[in-house]
Amino acid sequence: MSQPQTINLDAVREILSRHKDTKGALITVLQEIQEAYGYLPRPALSEVSAAMGVPLSKIFGVVTFYAQFHLKPRGKHVIRVCLGTACHVRGGERMLEKVGEILGIGPGETTDDQKFTLERVACLGACGLAPALMIGDQTYGRLTGKRVEELIKQYREN
Amino acid sequence: MSAQLHAFLERREKVKEKANAPITQPQVFVGMGTCGIAAGAQDVLKALREEMDKHNLRATIKKVGCIGMCEQEVLVDVQFPGSPRVTYGNVTPKKVSRIVESHLKEHVPVQEWVVGEVATPDDPYPGNPFYTKQKRIVLRKCGFIDPESIDEYIAMDGYSGLVSVLTRMTPEEVIEEVKKSGLRGRGGAGFNTGLKWEFARKAPGDTKYMVCNADEGDPGAFMDRSVLEGDPHAVIEGMIIGAYAVGARSGYLYVRAEYPLAIKRLKKAIADAREMALLGENILGTGFSFDLKIKEGAGAFVCGEETALLASIMGQRGMPRPRPPFPAQKGLWDCPTVINNVETYANIPGILVLGGDWFASMGTEKSKGTKVFALTGKVANTGLAEVPMGITLREIIFDVGGGIQGGRQFKAVQIGGPSGGCLPESLLDTPIDYDQLNRTGAIMGSGGLVVLDDRTCMVDVAKFFLKFTQSESCGKCTPCREGTLRMLEMLENISQGKGTEDDLLKLERLAETVKDASLCGLGQTAPNPVLTTIRYFRHEYLAHIKDKTCPAGACKHLITFYIDAEACTGCTVCAKSCPVAAITGERKKPHVIDPALCIKCGACEESCKFGAVLRGKEGAV
Repeated sequence: MSQPQTINLDAVREILSRHKDTKGALITVLQEIQEAYGYLPRPALSEVSAAMGVPLSKIFGVVTFYAQFHLKPRGKHVIRVCLGTACHVRGGERMLEKVGEILGIGPGETTDDQKFTLERVACLGACGLAPALMIGDQTYGRLTGKRVEELIKQYREN
Repeated sequence: MSAQLHAFLERREKVKEKANAPITQPQVFVGMGTCGIAAGAQDVLKALREEMDKHNLRATIKKVGCIGMCEQEVLVDVQFPGSPRVTYGNVTPKKVSRIVESHLKEHVPVQEWVVGEVATPDDPYPGNPFYTKQKRIVLRKCGFIDPESIDEYIAMDGYSGLVSVLTRMTPEEVIEEVKKSGLRGRGGAGFNTGLKWEFARKAPGDTKYMVCNADEGDPGAFMDRSVLEGDPHAVIEGMIIGAYAVGARSGYLYVRAEYPLAIKRLKKAIADAREMALLGENILGTGFSFDLKIKEGAGAFVCGEETALLASIMGQRGMPRPRPPFPAQKGLWDCPTVINNVETYANIPGILVLGGDWFASMGTEKSKGTKVFALTGKVANTGLAEVPMGITLREIIFDVGGGIQGGRQFKAVQIGGPSGGCLPESLLDTPIDYDQLNRTGAIMGSGGLVVLDDRTCMVDVAKFFLKFTQSESCGKCTPCREGTLRMLEMLENISQGKGTEDDLLKLERLAETVKDASLCGLGQTAPNPVLTTIRYFRHEYLAHIKDKTCPAGACKHLITFYIDAEACTGCTVCAKSCPVAAITGERKKPHVIDPALCIKCGACEESCKFGAVLRGKEGAV
């Protein structure tokens, strides 16, 4: 995975200017940076450390604690397959395998063309429509192997 | 009376008048909770607008929250002036054109797709068994109001509880009223809410905080999401009332990031409430100030534990700390902090409008009011149901839930998520009551209720929950970090037919240790699914250990897929679906699975339309 050599940190500075004096804002700052860049670039974290007076080691501690934060770039579409209780008993694991099969990647991995990242999620709260998955911010329920194929095809095209 | 209060009362009168006035043009309601959207509500809405344009029809389209019938999503209601509101279930964009043409244009409902007629928010569908035994207090407005309209909330007496609190009651009186109601925390542990508020009020310090725990992380639970998406103002109003009682000036709503729609609606609700002087400086001109911020969770289940949640709000790793001191004494930045769950706050406005006695008249001696359950798994009617405390599990599953899907056999009900337990048929008459549920080894929990049928393996269920808690263990204390991992290894062995009876004893002993010695609620309750399944389904564990079989046919290592030659029509669908080409056979002749190649993924079973793919004991074929 190639990381660009230089990263424009203007967005980071803008985010910091709004939050750096609010107490307890570290996670919010990291969330907004990830929203802007798709992941947390190393130089951005150094910038946060300097501006907020938090040691880089502490920031890494927070970043690696939460499942939501990523230190590497991710695909354009993030597919999160739900493996909650209801999805588990209605075949969620099988849906995860199916998506992995179609994309040729495992959970936590990104396709070579940077289009898709596959993740597992504990529960999306769409239990009534199990099995379910999320692509980006959209939740899809009542999945079958066929429906999963259609969905990925649809997202691959745009 | 202050100008702000006067303006509010005037507006309330106006929106109530508007809400009570007969409608003048047709109304169409579309269920737009996450469930509805996941089932395709956006596409249905688009199709609806297009079809109406095509026929030049005019109607008010209302986007409402979840009414609870997840099984029937997408739900669309059509109402004409002077006629009842008719609900259609399982609506697809394809069905829309006929509904528009027949019902909206020709005034003839498409009877075959009608689910029922909506009556009142208290009993939405009279006679429909899903609602007969429900008692809707928290969910009363869900599905009836547009969650993005503060006026519709106000028209249904929203913020009236706050007005009477601010104009007529002292903080102590508010606490007294909440104590009188007997309301206990709906997040799981069931601590008395009024008492918690009193502790925080009496705790020394000028700065105090209100926190709403909306980090609904239990797999199988979506009560809080539905309330936040369907009636966000109720939670906000509950928090403002609590802040007045406790003496807090700022608060946080900690919402898990997996709920983007809930976050969006809360943001809108907060902005609207601020604009009407219901939130912020000098609320309704009474001199009381309180403001709210949303904190998005970052994906850590342990943050549902209150001390971990506080650490996360403060921007740290979400790790719990020992209690006492309890957050009501020392919480955010060492200031007294009240943490309540979404459903707890949503109960507050009603208690202040109708009184603590009214609330206490429902339920059992020590568990008052109602509880919302997310009914899922192998139950016929999946969905969201609010029932009075004291109702039995049997009534919820068989009356509200309509029994088991596909007429299969009931095996167990998992209540309380990864912190709860699995209860067998013999305990189905246990009433919904904090203390009585505790006695069974399960807990009330936050409201996840997953029904399991005869095809579900109890060892597999225990393993599923433990795998979850194990991976979510924060690693701070040893019993939880190491204990859950060792327990999981033993369960893995048992499910693969490699366990011994000695393992079962060790597993029980270790489970008790983890329960006793862990630092926070996550570790203290993680062994519950294991302990209850061993307690009530020991024979199933023994079948895996002694006979090396999985009676439910769920544990991959102990089963073989094979094709029933008589039922097989030779349609070749299974062979095509097999990812490893383990199925062979000629067209129109019975097919065969090669057990040496089979990876037991179950794709053939899923694809077979004739039920010819069967599961047998490993090595039997």
